[in-house]
Amino acid sequence: MTDVKQSTSAPLALDRADARVKHEAGIGGAVSAFLDRVRSGDLGSLPVIVGLVVIWTVFTSLNPVFVSSSNLVNLLFDCSTVGVIALGIVCVLMVGEIDLSVGSISGFASAMVGTLWVNQGWPIALAILAALAFGALIGSLYALLFNRLGMPSFVSTLAGLLAVLGMQLYILGSTGSINLPYGSALVDFGQLMVMPKWVSHTLAAIPGLAMLVSGLRTVARRRAANLSTPSVAGLILRVATITIGLELIVAYLNQSRGIPWMFGLFVGLVVAMNYALTRTKWGRSMTAVGGNREAARRAGIKVRAIYLSAFALCSLFAALGGVLAAARLASASQQAGTGDVNLNAIAAAVIGGTSLFGGRGSAYSALLGIIVIQSIASGLTLLDLSSSLRYMITGAVLAIAVIVDSLARRSRASHGRA
Amino acid sequence: MSESFERSASVGELVLSLRGISKNFGAVSALTDIDFDVHAGEVVALVGDNGAGKSTLVKILAGVHQPSSGTINFRGQPVTLPDPRAALTLGIATVFQDLALCENLDVVANIFLGNELSPLRLDEVAMEMRAWTLLNELSARIPSVREAVASLSGGQRQTVAIARSLLLEPKLILLDEPTAALGVAQTAEVLNLIDRVRARGLGVVMISHNMEDVRAVADRIVVLRLGRNNGVFEPDASNQDLVSAITGASNNAVSRRAERLRMERDHSGSAQAGEQRP
Repeated sequence: MTDVKQSTSAPLALDRADARVKHEAGIGGAVSAFLDRVRSGDLGSLPVIVGLVVIWTVFTSLNPVFVSSSNLVNLLFDCSTVGVIALGIVCVLMVGEIDLSVGSISGFASAMVGTLWVNQGWPIALAILAALAFGALIGSLYALLFNRLGMPSFVSTLAGLLAVLGMQLYILGSTGSINLPYGSALVDFGQLMVMPKWVSHTLAAIPGLAMLVSGLRTVARRRAANLSTPSVAGLILRVATITIGLELIVAYLNQSRGIPWMFGLFVGLVVAMNYALTRTKWGRSMTAVGGNREAARRAGIKVRAIYLSAFALCSLFAALGGVLAAARLASASQQAGTGDVNLNAIAAAVIGGTSLFGGRGSAYSALLGIIVIQSIASGLTLLDLSSSLRYMITGAVLAIAVIVDSLARRSRASHGRA
Repeated sequence: MSESFERSASVGELVLSLRGISKNFGAVSALTDIDFDVHAGEVVALVGDNGAGKSTLVKILAGVHQPSSGTINFRGQPVTLPDPRAALTLGIATVFQDLALCENLDVVANIFLGNELSPLRLDEVAMEMRAWTLLNELSARIPSVREAVASLSGGQRQTVAIARSLLLEPKLILLDEPTAALGVAQTAEVLNLIDRVRARGLGVVMISHNMEDVRAVADRIVVLRLGRNNGVFEPDASNQDLVSAITGASNNAVSRRAERLRMERDHSGSAQAGEQRP
């Protein structure tokens, strides 16, 4: 302890030197900052979570079976197929474009797997790969039309919707549907396979642990860099809430069959996409292109490559969703991917909070949005109501979601937030 | 103020030198035989009427257009600028008047857009630290670098755009009408910023229509008219001289009023400084 005495009054952190800005500290500060954000229209996932609570309360009061763990496990099986498609929609919405043909692509992918695997005797993995490659190819074609010919994605994908649907009907031929063999790995994956209890509990603990480790690391690095640090107490509170919440959900679902592996795959993809969108240069470029295309170009971003990646990823996810849907239904039929698949996928992304106007969104919106939509479908099925009512209610929910998006956007503009 | 002191002291080596630059768009000659020099630590204002070729010249320097003829020397070496990337890598940064920032991204993300640190695992802490360092060097008044750019005022956005142009450590900064859309206080802020950029020893080229702003910061005023050099002025040149160089006419409202004032003064014999006012 012979060192020169360190300066006692710590210098202001690099980002706290400006006295004009309010900085909230501690847990109370975090809460009031959150309320401030919501008031100015930066809603995040709040509307969808409120909506979910309302929907679940209504359906449970009408039919208590709705919240039974066996019904919820089925719900998770159903979520995974369209959810993966919605994840692709998030990609194109991020850059401010749209893909209306995801339903057709998913249907064609399931038809391809059925034809190649069952009828032609290809190995299953190869058939799935071929379907995914086809999806990526279609998306690249949209990107080509968009980048080189300036064709609006709305029109090119509408054309694609019809063309790909025609291809699906063509390769299925006169029989109209192909049954996938029960007992095969693919069908088991789509209908039966659930995680062992210890696996699901372990997986449920991982998000909290990852948050804790990366959060503490960030605090240490920011302190070393003389930047203000987020509160450790708040971090631990969040980690504890998330871990306990997830473990309780898992424990509840494990009372019946448990967590489907297919849902695990979906959530895994969501987490991976969330990382890619928020923590990589590619994701930053996607957000920038969706926010201001010209500014992104002048910053040296290869805008065309970004559009290509968005469209290709969207169609790839659509094809994967189609394969999962085939596994779920154990068949590839002319009906696959038609009807409300398309709009459910788009609605899920928007309901979850991804903006139709580009530049704002999150991979988690696909997860939250599809749970809302499937909850409505499941609840109405339990009440023995026809699909006519289901369409009307889903349509109303979508309209409300878009209205919330538009109003929040206007409010953000007037409060000076993007 | 120490800034006027630095102004004369720090003018250094020749950064950029254009000789005989011409640019034709089809039959139209946008630029004819332009000579143009910028030194380190110097602010050169580029003024001229609409269609005088200011923006074309800046676009040639930014790598957006290629000259039809003429040579560009950058730090003593003859160079070509085939695209914006080439200009950026040489050390020529451009701050465009509009369309420069993504409003939905925060300040750090905008400053590093296209040049993010560790692309597969963005290093937010290092980027935020560098952003604060840059902004502090400019004595910029940005409340928080984690706010979306949409919440910033026009002057603050211009500050962010200038900070971004400094990220790659350029030798020359081109500012296309940096104060056109700004209020009085914000304009003053940006002009202060330009002074500080000059104090860092960079060459600055500023396009402006506002003679007050030009006089406030420029070391030299280069006038273009109809795509040709039309004189180089000191910042204390009279408004009348500047306006006639810009418009090419010695008989217009400004010169007539100056003439009238001078005659009134001569008549009354008092020494009003009327001709200094615009």
